Amino acid sequence: MNDEIKIIWLKFFNWVMGNGPRPENEIIPPELPPDLPFTRTPDKKHSRFHEITISERLIQWLSLHGLHVFANFYNILSIIVCLLIIALMLMTVADLPPFGDFHNPANNEVVERYIKAGARETGAENIVAGMILDYRAFDTFGESAVLFTGAITVLMILGTSVKKDKSELKRLHLKTHSGFEDRNFLAFAPSLHIYRDDDAILRGVASLSIPVIIIMGCVVIISGHLTPGGGFSGGAILSTALILCANAYGFIKVHEFFSERTFIVSSSSALSIYALAKGYSFLTGANHINSGIPIGTIGDIFSAGLILPLNICVGIVVAGTLYGFYALFSEGEI
Amino acid sequence: MFTKLLLNHYEAAAVILSGIGLANLLLQKNMIKKIIGLNIMDTAAYLFLAAKGWVAGREAPILLQDINGEWITRVDTYVNPVPAGLVLTGIVVSVSVTAVALSLTLKLYEKYGTLNIDEALLAMTEEQKIHEAISEHANEEIAI
Repeated sequence: MNDEIKIIWLKFFNWVMGNGPRPENEIIPPELPPDLPFTRTPDKKHSRFHEITISERLIQWLSLHGLHVFANFYNILSIIVCLLIIALMLMTVADLPPFGDFHNPANNEVVERYIKAGARETGAENIVAGMILDYRAFDTFGESAVLFTGAITVLMILGTSVKKDKSELKRLHLKTHSGFEDRNFLAFAPSLHIYRDDDAILRGVASLSIPVIIIMGCVVIISGHLTPGGGFSGGAILSTALILCANAYGFIKVHEFFSERTFIVSSSSALSIYALAKGYSFLTGANHINSGIPIGTIGDIFSAGLILPLNICVGIVVAGTLYGFYALFSEGEI
Repeated sequence: MFTKLLLNHYEAAAVILSGIGLANLLLQKNMIKKIIGLNIMDTAAYLFLAAKGWVAGREAPILLQDINGEWITRVDTYVNPVPAGLVLTGIVVSVSVTAVALSLTLKLYEKYGTLNIDEALLAMTEEQKIHEAISEHANEEIAI
């Protein structure tokens, strides 16, 4: 009983004197041991009769010049390694079959089959399109998935940090539209890429050229199986139209029809459609079941079976991804 | 050997380009220049593939029509279409890798205020030392 009262009294005393338990998250700088020069026995190498040995001289010299020497050594060594690799590969290149020769081993029976039977089997006038979207369609699916994954990774890395207050941006946007010019706003407007009133030339050129660019991109995507081009190049052209729109009219205008949600939904649904369509076609074709996808006459727009829809899917993914890269790097959000 | 190199001059140029890109990767201190070096190596790979696919005196692999309107599907008319598909794969992967690398570089710049990899590494080691000191102190507290 007596002890308990003593403990309580001690606790109370400590609390009054401020010696109580410390809070858990308190960070105290580490206390250094008392450094009293007269309490220490001097080391042998600090005595004045001590002669500096060679190893100590080396250590001193290294601490002075070591990093510099290492940098020089690293530079010389990496140049030597690069030259060695170039020399080895040049020796290999000298042993390769001559450039542009018909009898090269690269021009083998696979290429022969693609050229001879490609048009009959896939219905595509463009042999490369028939190859990448019919014979090797899973490879192209992987490419689209790689692009989409890259965009999602950049969204994860950059998207969360630079998020700005959307309502604030919209308020500023409305302010400029109502004709009221705030000097403070105009001072930091260029860093925010918001619509500015003084860019009349850019807006005029954009209003003329954006429809042309969009039509061009659609033509390149839709006639991907007839002419050079296809989903990847057409998607890149479409993304330039989006980027021009964002630069001329501001990201808020683009947000009205292409937001982060639109990007995610369109890209993932295009990828899913690609995977389902091509999976179906591979399953039926591999098992010699009639897949019911007509090939059509070579040279028509609606021909070549699945290549046209697959091109459109790839175009959607590429356009969204490239615009997403631009928006994320300049604005921090799609 | 030298005459053979002249015969394969596109491949030789591609090999030298890839060496230049590797040297950029190893020697540059600036992260953005390192990424440019990686892109030079990618370009060298595309040049090599395109050079391997070309056959002298043939057309691009898009079907041609003869005088009667028939599609020509003879093998000796077109160049090799396979490297075109491989180059496409390479371009897509290079674009994605470049974007991810640039975004990581942006984060590095936001945190340490420098693009120089050596300065950033020095700042990182100092930060780690401070963290270690704090955690050691916390361990001592727990032991007491």
